Amino acid sequence: MIHSANITKRFGKMQAVSDVSFALEAGGSVALWGSNGAGKTTLIRCLLGVIRHRGRVTMNGIDVRRRGRHARALVGYVPQELAFHDDARLGSAMMFFAKLRGVDRAQAARALDAVGLTGHERKRVRDLSGGMKQRLALAVALLSDPPLIILDEPTSNLDAAGRGEVVLTLQQLREAGKTLLFASHRPDEVISLADRVLVLERGQLERDTTPAELWPTEKPVQVVRLYLSMASETDAADALRSAGHAVHLNGHGLCVAVARDRKAEPIIALARHHIEVRDIEVLDDVRLPEASQ
Amino acid sequence: MSSAQLQSHPIPIGMPTAPSFVGGIARFARREFRDALASKWFILYTMAFTVLAVGVSFLSLSGVGSHGFAGFGRTAAGLLNLIMLVVPLMALTAGAGSIAGERERGTLLYMLSQPVSRSQVLLGKYFGLAVALICSLCIGFGISAGVLAWRAGGAGVFDFLMLIGLTALLAIAMLSVGFLISVVSRRTSVATGVALFVWLTLVFVSDLGLMASSVIFKLHVQEIFGLASINPLQCFKMAVIVSMNASLDVLGPVGAYASQTLGSALPWVLVSTLIAWTIAPLGVAIFLFTRRGTV
Repeated sequence: MIHSANITKRFGKMQAVSDVSFALEAGGSVALWGSNGAGKTTLIRCLLGVIRHRGRVTMNGIDVRRRGRHARALVGYVPQELAFHDDARLGSAMMFFAKLRGVDRAQAARALDAVGLTGHERKRVRDLSGGMKQRLALAVALLSDPPLIILDEPTSNLDAAGRGEVVLTLQQLREAGKTLLFASHRPDEVISLADRVLVLERGQLERDTTPAELWPTEKPVQVVRLYLSMASETDAADALRSAGHAVHLNGHGLCVAVARDRKAEPIIALARHHIEVRDIEVLDDVRLPEASQ
Repeated sequence: MSSAQLQSHPIPIGMPTAPSFVGGIARFARREFRDALASKWFILYTMAFTVLAVGVSFLSLSGVGSHGFAGFGRTAAGLLNLIMLVVPLMALTAGAGSIAGERERGTLLYMLSQPVSRSQVLLGKYFGLAVALICSLCIGFGISAGVLAWRAGGAGVFDFLMLIGLTALLAIAMLSVGFLISVVSRRTSVATGVALFVWLTLVFVSDLGLMASSVIFKLHVQEIFGLASINPLQCFKMAVIVSMNASLDVLGPVGAYASQTLGSALPWVLVSTLIAWTIAPLGVAIFLFTRRGTV
């Protein structure tokens, strides 16, 4: 479905994506994993052909650079947050994209119904909650029944219930044979949705692996996300690693794997180093990221 | 969003396709036109232009008493200076806010991730705004024409129609310049600032600059005419005067030179210059927008 060869993107002196190559077969599901600034979003934009880059991307054999709009017809894209004119009403926004994709009113209504937005057509986009905007973006992405869905942190603005709904929908899409490529900061999402993980760091493809390899199944644990001040994150990660915890530092706090009955341990360990924890979030059950220990 | 909901809406089989090039432009143009009609700038500019146009019409009529002769022609001349001030401002700022505004709101990326090309997005927005601008002008001119027809009859209506046509041409030429500014600006505030600077340059500075240059450098009439022709506003002014009088003698030696040298080709030269001011900036804007590496 996607073949990318040597994708490189530079913003001035900063190398955002460096020589990334991978292939994604039809029906497969790949997660892009990495810290903030690792190049996930830039890579997605390169794949969509909305920014100029070096290297070659084809979707179903169609060159994204040369025949971008034909390639993008095969893609449903869900951004981190839906960006659409705030004054537009949900129904008219939906119809605009429906017409753009050659989809009739009935199909647009079905797409809205599928994401539970029927009855909200008269609401203005600015009045929608974060979750509703995300569902609208998903409805737009599914409008023309594209074979490939690309999502950029689709659940980052959602609460637990909203996240669960989106993940369930994506699982159903996978079962329906859709090809998925998504960026995520959440191990639980990656484990439940992806069959491969591309680990990006500083724009480079560090590993092309599987969730099972990244988070082995032998040690069932819970992942706790700790929110700290940005300045202390690196020190905190070092302190927790030295205390024997598996830590993953990404842009949304520190993910620490702990035993179910030892969730306070990382906080105590950080307190010993005089590092204050601002907030804590217990994620769904996942497996210990042995590789990052 | 339950699995039952998803499963009850089976998705049809078959690869989705992109809209045709013209179809994509038309969809963006329609949306842009609708957005413009609902926007505050459109309503404000339309009201301002209408009030001023009607005001000028009344003033023109009061100058000829109750006889009403040459009502349309005299009003067209009176409107000329108003148009040269207001219309470029409307078009330049509207154009400048178009792409830069989408970029700043983050909506440009989402649009470009759809099965459309960059040139489709730009042209669609351009045509939509152009139609909205012309509608705005037609409302002002229409009400003004209504007042004139009521008070003065139909004398000079052809001059008035020519004025509307040339004003529409000036508006889309300035819109093209506004789009070019928008494409190269990252922020709406910068784009609007540059647009205002260009407007000021075209309206005031170029006139004063031309006057100063002609005195300091002792320019010949042909050189002054050449320099004046570069300015789309001066072109517009000359084209309107030609359309009303068939001679630029009213503009002094430079006008007389232009009338004698170019003769019957003069209106075409002036209109062609305005058309060039429409096509060239728009062409450069499309080139830069499609070549640009980022959103």
